[in-house]
Amino acid sequence: MLTYYLELALRSLKRNKVLTALMVLAIGLGIGASMTTLTVFKVLSGDPMPGKSERLFHVQLDPEDKQGYHEGEEPQLDLTRFDSEELLRQHKGVRQALMTGGGGTIEPQDSTLKPFSVGMRYASSEFFPMFDVPFASGQGWSAADDDAHARVVVISRALGEKLFKRGEAVGQELQVDGHALRIIGVLDDWSPKPLFYDLNVGKFDRDEDVFVPFSTAMDLELSRNGNMNCFGREITDDMQAVDAPCAWMQYWVELASPSDAAGFKTYLDNYSSQQRAAGRFERPPNTRLRNLTEWLDFMHAVPGDVRLQMWLALGFLLVCLVNTIGLLLAKFLRRSGEVGVRRALGASRSEIFRQFLVEAGMVGMAGGVLGLLLALLGLWAVRHRPTEYAALAHLDGSMLLLTFVLALLSSLLAGVLPAWRATKIAPALQLKSQ
Amino acid sequence: MDMLPILSALKRHKIAATLILLEIALSCAIICNALFIVSQRLDMLNLPSGLDETHLVEIGVSGIGDQGDTDARTLRDIASLRAIPGVDGVSISNQLPFQNGSWNTALALTPDQQRPTLNAAQYMVGANALKVMGLKLLAGRDFRVEEYQGYNELEAKGSNAWSGQPVILSKPAADKLFPDGSAVGKTIYMANLSLNVIGVVDTLLRPNMQGNNRSYSVIFPIWGGRYLIRVTNPADRAAVLAKAEAVLLKNDPRQLIWRKQTYEDGRADYFAADRDMIGLLLLVCGLLLLVTALGIVGLTSFWVSQRRRQIGVRRALGATRGNILRYFQTENFLIVTLGIVLGMALAFALNVVLMKFYELPRLPLAYLPAGAIALWLLGQVSVLGPALRAAAVPPVVATRS
Repeated sequence: MLTYYLELALRSLKRNKVLTALMVLAIGLGIGASMTTLTVFKVLSGDPMPGKSERLFHVQLDPEDKQGYHEGEEPQLDLTRFDSEELLRQHKGVRQALMTGGGGTIEPQDSTLKPFSVGMRYASSEFFPMFDVPFASGQGWSAADDDAHARVVVISRALGEKLFKRGEAVGQELQVDGHALRIIGVLDDWSPKPLFYDLNVGKFDRDEDVFVPFSTAMDLELSRNGNMNCFGREITDDMQAVDAPCAWMQYWVELASPSDAAGFKTYLDNYSSQQRAAGRFERPPNTRLRNLTEWLDFMHAVPGDVRLQMWLALGFLLVCLVNTIGLLLAKFLRRSGEVGVRRALGASRSEIFRQFLVEAGMVGMAGGVLGLLLALLGLWAVRHRPTEYAALAHLDGSMLLLTFVLALLSSLLAGVLPAWRATKIAPALQLKSQ
Repeated sequence: MDMLPILSALKRHKIAATLILLEIALSCAIICNALFIVSQRLDMLNLPSGLDETHLVEIGVSGIGDQGDTDARTLRDIASLRAIPGVDGVSISNQLPFQNGSWNTALALTPDQQRPTLNAAQYMVGANALKVMGLKLLAGRDFRVEEYQGYNELEAKGSNAWSGQPVILSKPAADKLFPDGSAVGKTIYMANLSLNVIGVVDTLLRPNMQGNNRSYSVIFPIWGGRYLIRVTNPADRAAVLAKAEAVLLKNDPRQLIWRKQTYEDGRADYFAADRDMIGLLLLVCGLLLLVTALGIVGLTSFWVSQRRRQIGVRRALGATRGNILRYFQTENFLIVTLGIVLGMALAFALNVVLMKFYELPRLPLAYLPAGAIALWLLGQVSVLGPALRAAAVPPVVATRS
C-alpha cells in the first residue's frame, strides 16, 4: 500500500509544482536555519569532560573583609594564592590542582623562526591526571617537581611540531621569556572547548601551548593573565604575593563519586571557619562547590547570542510549519473530488489519512534535503565569521540524522490537520457535484 | 463595502483563515522583537567613544627577557615615532574604548566608605594624551609635563607613591561623585589612597561593558602600554603604521609587535559579533516576511480557484471587477488585522521573556503602529496577485458547470 501512496503523492506533488516548491522551500528554510543554530548550540554546550564532569568540582571561598558583606552573595570566582596553596597542601580530594593563566614569548633555537607569543598555564602536578590530559610522549611533572620549583615544562603537540619539526621535543630546552626550561612532556591533541577550567581567559578561542609548574612560574615571575580581583582596605603592592588579598587562582578538585560533594563542602565551610578564627577571613563561611556541568551553566559558557539565535531559528521554523499546514490544507482540499472517488470505491477514512500523511512526509523529506544543504551553507558561513567559536561549527553524524528526523516530524505534524480535514470530505456530495 | 458577506464566507474557511492569522501573529511577534534587538545593537555600535577615532592608530610592543630600563626605551621609541612624517602627536595609553579586557578601579569620597561610589575604567596615559586622543576638556586643566611618570618607575616606589596623584575624570564619573558639578579641586579615594581631581573631560568610555556602566573613567598621568599615534591626515594611517613598525624594530629588532592597527579597525573588530547578529536578525526577518507572503499567496489562490463559480455568479449579477478585487482585499485586511492584534499581544509576551533572560529593555510602543503598517502592506501586496486573477474571472463561468 505504501508504494501506492508514494506513487500517488509523487503524482500529486508533480501536478502542482509551484505549491510543492513553496512547501519544500518553507520547510527547507526552517530546517536549515534551525539546524545551523542547533549545531552551533550543541557544539558550544557540549560536555568537555564526558564521564567525569559529575566528579570534577570548582571551589570558591569568601576571603573578603566584612565591608560590604551581604549574606548569600556570590563569593569571588577565584581563590587567593594563600587559600589555594593551603587547600592543595591539605589534599582532601582524590586529586586537586591550583592554576592560573599566563602568557609569554618563546624564542626558538631554530634561528629561521621569529620569537612568538603563546598562551600558558601555570598549574600544580595533578592538573594532568585530573583532567585526563593525553600525552604523546613524556609525562607531566610530579608533586616533588612542584615542591622543588623544577625548571620543567610540558608543551602542546602543535608547539612541539612547530619548534622541532619531526624531532623529539622531550629533553630539549625551551626558552620562555628568557628562561630555559627542560621539556619533559608533549601533549597529544588536547584543547577543551570551552576552556572550562578558566573561563575568563577566552572560552572558545584560547589555546594554551605551554604548561609550567605554578611554583616555577612564580619564581621566574612569568606574566599571568585572566581575572584578578583585589579587595581589602589598602592598595596591594604585589598582587601575586602569597598573602595578598587578591583572588586570581582557579582551584579544581576531583572526588571519588558525586555523593562526596556534601562532605567536601562541609570541609570547605570548616576551613573558612578556621580561617575566620585565625583572623584571616572576616565573613561567615560562604563557599561554593559546583560540578563541571553546573559551573558551565552558572558561568553562561554558551554565549547569550547563540541561545537567542537558536530560539529565533526555532520560532522561524514554527512560522514555516504554520505556513506549510495552510498550503497542505489548500492542496488536499483541492482534491476533494479525488477523495470522494476513492472513498466511494471503498477506501476507509484511515486509508485516506495515511495517503495524505505520506504525501506530507514526502514534502518533509525534500525539505530535509534542502534544509541540510542550507545548514551546511549556514555553518560554512559561521566558520568564516570572526566569532570566537567559528572553527568549531561542524555538522556531525547525529546532527545529520536529526536534520531528517526534524524535517520528517515537522512535516508529518503539519500534515495531520489537513489530512484529518480531508477524511471529513463527504463522498456523495463530491460525486454529485462532479 | 459590506463586511457581512466576507465574514460569513470566512466562517466557512475557519481553519485556513486561522492559519494565516496565526502565521501573521507569530511573524509579527518575532519581527517586532528582532527589530528591537537590532535597534539596541545599532545604538551600541554608534556610541561615541570620546576619541577622535579617524585620526588615531595604535601600535604595541613588548620586549623579550630582561629589559633593563623600560621607561627609557619607551621614551626613545616615542621620540622615533614622533619623527615620522605625517604624525601629529604620539602618546601612550594602557587601554582604549571598545576592546576586550579592561583595567578598572573603585572610587570613593572617603577612605573608609562602606561601598565605593563607583567603579571607573583606569586609564593610564603618557604626555600629550588628551590632544592625541582628541578628548575634550570641560573643566580644570590638563596634566603638566612634570606630573607624568613611567609606570615602572612608580611601581618601584611602592603603592604609597600613588597617593596624591592628580587625575582627570570623565564627565559622567565627575557628576556621579559630585552631583553639584564641583569636581575640580576635590579629593577622591582609591581604597586608602587620595587622588586630586584636576580636570574633567567630556566623554571617555570604558573599554568594555564591565560593571554595567560604560561611561565612568578616570585618567592617571602614569604611562605604560601601547603607543597612540595621531596622524595629520586620516588617509596616511596605513603608511604611518608601516613606518612605525619599521622604526620600532630598528630601535630593537627583538621587540615583539603585539598590536598594530588603526583605531577604527580595532573598534570594528570589537563589534564584529554584534554586526553579525544584526545581519542575521535582519535576514530572518526578511525570510519571515517572505514565507508569510508566500503563504498568503498560496492560500488566497486556493480560495480564488475554489470560488470561481461564486465569483462568476456575482459578476453575472452585476458586480464589477473592482467589487471582486476589493472583496479579496478587504478579506485579507480583516484577517491581517486580527493577526496584528494577536501578534502585538504575542510580541509583548515574547519581550517579557527576553527581558528576563537577555537584559533587553521593554519594547517601545512605537513598534506597534510601525509593525501594523508593515504587515498590512505585506498582506495587501501578497493578496493583489490572486485578487486580480479573481477579478479577471468572466461572468460566463456562472453558466458553466
